[in-house]
Amino acid sequence: MEAVERTRHDLIRPPARPVLRVLRKMAGPDIDGYGFIMPAAFIMIALVVYPFCLAVYFSLSDAFIGEESQFIGIENFEYIITEDDIFLITIRNTLLFAFFSVVFKIVLGMAAALLLLKALRLKKFLRGSLLIPFVAPTALTTLGWWLIFDPTYSHINWILENVWPFYALGIGPYHWLGDPDLALYTCIFVNIWRGLPFFIITILAGLVSIPEHLYEAADIDGATAWDKFWKIAVPLLRPILAIIILFSTIFTLADFNIVFVLTRGGPINSTHLFATYSYVTGISNHEIGLGAAISLFLFPILVMIVIGLLRLVRRDTSYEL
Amino acid sequence: MNSSRTMAMDASTDPAVNEAVRNRTPVWRRRKTTYNYLALIPFVAFALFPLYIILITSIKSDQEIANLGQTPFWATGMTVDNYVYLAEKTAFFEDWLINTIIVSVASTVISVSIGILAAYALARLKFKGVEVFGIAVFVTYLVPQPLLFIPLIDVINFIDDIVPIRDTYWSLIITYPTFLTPFVIWLLLGYFKTIPVEVEECAYLDGCSRLGALRRVVLPMAMPGIICAVLFAFTLSWNEFLYSLVFIQAQEAKTIGVGVFTELIRGDVYYWGSLMAACFAGTIPIVVLYSFFMDYYVSGLTSGAIK
Repeated sequence: MEAVERTRHDLIRPPARPVLRVLRKMAGPDIDGYGFIMPAAFIMIALVVYPFCLAVYFSLSDAFIGEESQFIGIENFEYIITEDDIFLITIRNTLLFAFFSVVFKIVLGMAAALLLLKALRLKKFLRGSLLIPFVAPTALTTLGWWLIFDPTYSHINWILENVWPFYALGIGPYHWLGDPDLALYTCIFVNIWRGLPFFIITILAGLVSIPEHLYEAADIDGATAWDKFWKIAVPLLRPILAIIILFSTIFTLADFNIVFVLTRGGPINSTHLFATYSYVTGISNHEIGLGAAISLFLFPILVMIVIGLLRLVRRDTSYEL
Repeated sequence: MNSSRTMAMDASTDPAVNEAVRNRTPVWRRRKTTYNYLALIPFVAFALFPLYIILITSIKSDQEIANLGQTPFWATGMTVDNYVYLAEKTAFFEDWLINTIIVSVASTVISVSIGILAAYALARLKFKGVEVFGIAVFVTYLVPQPLLFIPLIDVINFIDDIVPIRDTYWSLIITYPTFLTPFVIWLLLGYFKTIPVEVEECAYLDGCSRLGALRRVVLPMAMPGIICAVLFAFTLSWNEFLYSLVFIQAQEAKTIGVGVFTELIRGDVYYWGSLMAACFAGTIPIVVLYSFFMDYYVSGLTSGAIK
C-alpha cells in the first residue's frame, strides 16, 4: 500500500536537476524535509539538549551563583546519596506520591468513567465540569486548596467541628499542611484532584471504543456486569491504562507547582519532591551544582519510563499488523 | 489507528439516537440511571470544590472572612472590594495579566507554526534521519521542566549578552516553546496522518509547491487538529509556573501565577479576599475559553494518550 503511494507521489514530483538527484539518492526523496524540521530541531538542540548537557556539567562542578565553577567529579552525587537526609526523604516522598496518586486516579477514574458512560443526558455539562481541574491554572487553584487547608480558616476543619456526625466523633481539627506526617498526603490529595480528569476522560474514550457486540455476546453467555467489566473492559483497556499510568507517573514525579505552592517543601522538609528540592537548593540556596545533581536523578527514572513507553507503542503496532 | 480520534466522540452525539434510546429504555433501567447520576454528584462536587471556594471567598469582605463563627461556604454580603483592590493597589490587571496574555499568545504562535512544519515533515516526507527526529521529539516531550530550569538560566544569560531578555517576558517567550513544540508536533502528527495523500497530489498536479500544498490543502483539512494544538499550547503557557518563577524577578514583568504567589502573599496576615479574587480572575479566562472549545480539549487529551 505504502509503496504504491510513493511511486505515484514520485511521478508528480518535478524532474530534478543532476545535483539534486545525487542529493536525493543520498538523503532520501524529500530533501526539503530538513528545512521543515530545522526550526524545531534548533529549539530542541539549543534549549533542551544543550541545557541538559549543561545540567550534567553543573552537577559535576561546585557551581555557585556568581562564582567561578570548578570541576569536582561525582562529589555532588556522593554527598547527596551518602550524607543528605533530605534527599532520602525526597526519594521516599516521590515513591509515595507516585504510588498513591496513580492508584487513586485509576480507581476513581475508572469509577467516574463507568458512570459517565451511562449518563447520556447532561453529558457535556458533566464532562465539562469534571475536566476543569485539569485545564485551570494549577498554581492558582492550588492557592484555593491552600485556603481550604489553612490552619485558621480550613473548610475541612470547619466541617469536622460543626457538622454532624463529625463533631460528635470528635475528630480534628488537623494541621493539614503544618503536620509533617500529614502534609505529604494533603499534597497527594491535591495532586489526585488535579490529575483525575485526565484519567476519567482517557478511560472513558477507551470504554466508548469497546464494540457493543462483545457485551451482547457476553449477555447471551449469561455473563454478569462484574464478569463483563473484568473479562471484557479491563483487558481491552489495558494498553490505554498502561500508557496513562506511565504519562501520569512522569508528570507526578516531576511535579513542582502543587507542593511548592502548598508547603514549599516544608514543614521541616517533609514534602520535598525532586523538583522542589532542586529549586530550593539550586535557586534559594544558590548551590547550582547540587541543585542540578538533584534534578538529574529524575533522568534515569525517566529513561526507564520512556523505554517502557516505546516498547508499549511498538507492541501495539505489531499487534495491529 | 485513525479511529483513535473518533473514539472521543460518542455514538450518542445525534439527538435523535438519544431520543430513541430513551423511549426504548424500560422503567427499571431508568431508575438505575438516576442512581448513576446521583453517584456522579460527588465527583462533580470534588472537581468544582476549590473553584467554588475561591469564588465565594473573593466576594466576601475581610470582616466576613475573619468571622469564624459563620459558615465559610456561603457569602452573606457580596462585595467587589477585593477586585477593586486588585485593580487599584496591585499590578494584577495592569502588568501580570497583560504579560500573561502576551507570553501565551507569542509562545503559542511560535510553537504551533514550528510544530506544523515539523509534524508535516514527520507525517509525509521521506529523508534520512526522519525517524531519529521523531524519536527525539518524543523524548523531548517527556523531559520535564524541573530538569532544565537551572541550566536554562545560563542560556538566558548568554542570550542576554546579545539582546537584553533577562527579567523580561521575552525570556519566557523563548523558553516556553521547549515544552510546547514537542507536544504540538506529537498532537498534529496524528491529524496530518489522517489526511489522504491523494488530495495533496492533486494540489501538486495543479501546480502547487510543497508549501503551497501545505497551506492550501493540508492545513484547512487539519483545522480541528490545529485549533486543538493552539488551545493546548495557550493553556499550557497560561498555566506555566516554574520557568516564570525562576526567570522573572522584576515585579512588572511577572505573569499571573507567579505575581499572585510572590507579591500577594506577604507576611503572616494573608488577605484572603484579594488573594482569592486574583486566583479567580486568573483562572476564569482559561475556563471560559475551555467551555467554548471543550470538544477540542477532549479530543486533544485522548489522542495524546491513545496512539
